[in-house]
Amino acid sequence: MKPESGSLSLIRVWEILFAGLFMILVWQAVVWVTQVESFILPGPLAVASAFVNQFALIWHHALITAVEVLAGLLLGVTAGILTALNLTLSERGRKLIMPALVMSQTIPVFALAPLLTLWLGYGLASKIAMAVLIVYFPVTSTFLDGLANTPKGYLDLAHTMRSPNRSTLMQIRIPAAIPSLTSGIRLAAVYAPIGAVIGEWVGASNGLGYLMLLANGRVKIDLMFAALLALCILTITIRAVVVLLCNRAEKWSGLSERN
Amino acid sequence: MVAPNHTIPGLRLSGEFSYNERPLFRDLVLELLPGSWTCLLGSSGIGKSTLLRLIAGLETGGSFSGSISASDDLPVDGRVAYMAQSDLLLPWLTVRQNVSLGASLRRELQDHVKTDYLIHRVGLEEYMSSKPGQLSGGMRQRCALARTLMEDTPLVLLDEPFSALDPATRRQMQALASSTLQDRTVLLVTHDLAEALRLGRRVYAMTQGKLQQFDLPTCQSIRELDDPAIMDIQSRIFSVLNA
Repeated sequence: MKPESGSLSLIRVWEILFAGLFMILVWQAVVWVTQVESFILPGPLAVASAFVNQFALIWHHALITAVEVLAGLLLGVTAGILTALNLTLSERGRKLIMPALVMSQTIPVFALAPLLTLWLGYGLASKIAMAVLIVYFPVTSTFLDGLANTPKGYLDLAHTMRSPNRSTLMQIRIPAAIPSLTSGIRLAAVYAPIGAVIGEWVGASNGLGYLMLLANGRVKIDLMFAALLALCILTITIRAVVVLLCNRAEKWSGLSERN
Repeated sequence: MVAPNHTIPGLRLSGEFSYNERPLFRDLVLELLPGSWTCLLGSSGIGKSTLLRLIAGLETGGSFSGSISASDDLPVDGRVAYMAQSDLLLPWLTVRQNVSLGASLRRELQDHVKTDYLIHRVGLEEYMSSKPGQLSGGMRQRCALARTLMEDTPLVLLDEPFSALDPATRRQMQALASSTLQDRTVLLVTHDLAEALRLGRRVYAMTQGKLQQFDLPTCQSIRELDDPAIMDIQSRIFSVLNA
């Protein structure tokens, strides 16, 4: 049997903690050496104290960003999966829609943010839409790729077993595409917060992106950094959960190299 | 389990095949004897697997004109089971689910008794709930054999199913396949002369678009190769393949 990953992940936790500690030390060293003003670059201690003192405020905004990210992730991944399945079933659809999809990727998502705010308002909807837009394409294209690259031997086997197309799709092609899909979802988990925060920067009254702009405007740079820290923690947490689920799915599929 | 012999048809393939406008073979005739093993020998890339894929109705990438017909005049399509060099077990299914894959794909009622019997027959009863990743190469091929038997088709096409196995496991698999498939019409594609002589009732040696036929004496189970008659055929096939 393959070795358990328990001891491995413990080593990785230490590595991450060590890297974090090292970065904080470098940061503090820069602040000491350059004697930079705290409204340009506050030290780690100042940021930590802002994080603790303003925790309730940060928590309130973090929850809103988390809702936007999770909703965007869920909707974007679902839409991506459904699109890939539909394009797999219809060759004409693939020929018509794929070029449009690829073309759409040349539009920077930043450029769409003001439009989405105009159309969907300053509330959650425009941020969720941003996250959906940014998540949708990687999920669609990786899953579509996986569905198109089912090992030929499996399809030969299904053919000689007189399998209807639908059964082949449901029982062979989709499970065989799981590693591709999960690689897309892993990317999506990192991209979704970017979408939500861009949305908040363009126009919002809530969320960590809004809090960062607000703190910046009031020269509360320590709070701005604390909000950034909260955003990092949020992204890492969401990614960790998504990676865990993806690893499980891959392990089930028996196609993972890493389990 | 096995249908009576008179329902097992033979098979005849005749015609020509070209790949990218280049003919791979012309006026070729391949005849599978009903209810016995036919082995197709030849070096790699000579077109053995193409012949097998044509009979299985699988994509070959070239164009075939000719006929493939069963001796009972019923369609070949749908009466063929296929086993390849790679076991093609679905890694997310258990041994039991892999063996009954055909019924599951066709949404037919699962025959659990038969599934369990065949798993027992190939000696994997302790691994019913294991996934393929937990099995050795030989065990995986045995599971694939059980899946092929589960299809219960009169025609069985084997595309070098034992070539990735170590010699000892290969001999075990040959014996197992020979006994479990003894009443079917089997086409075994192989590049192993000894394997063909051990298992085949008829052996075709394929060289540059031509088939040369050798019929061997009937034999109950796996044939031993020290018989002088077999050794004679062996040297004749050898000289054809190396001509």
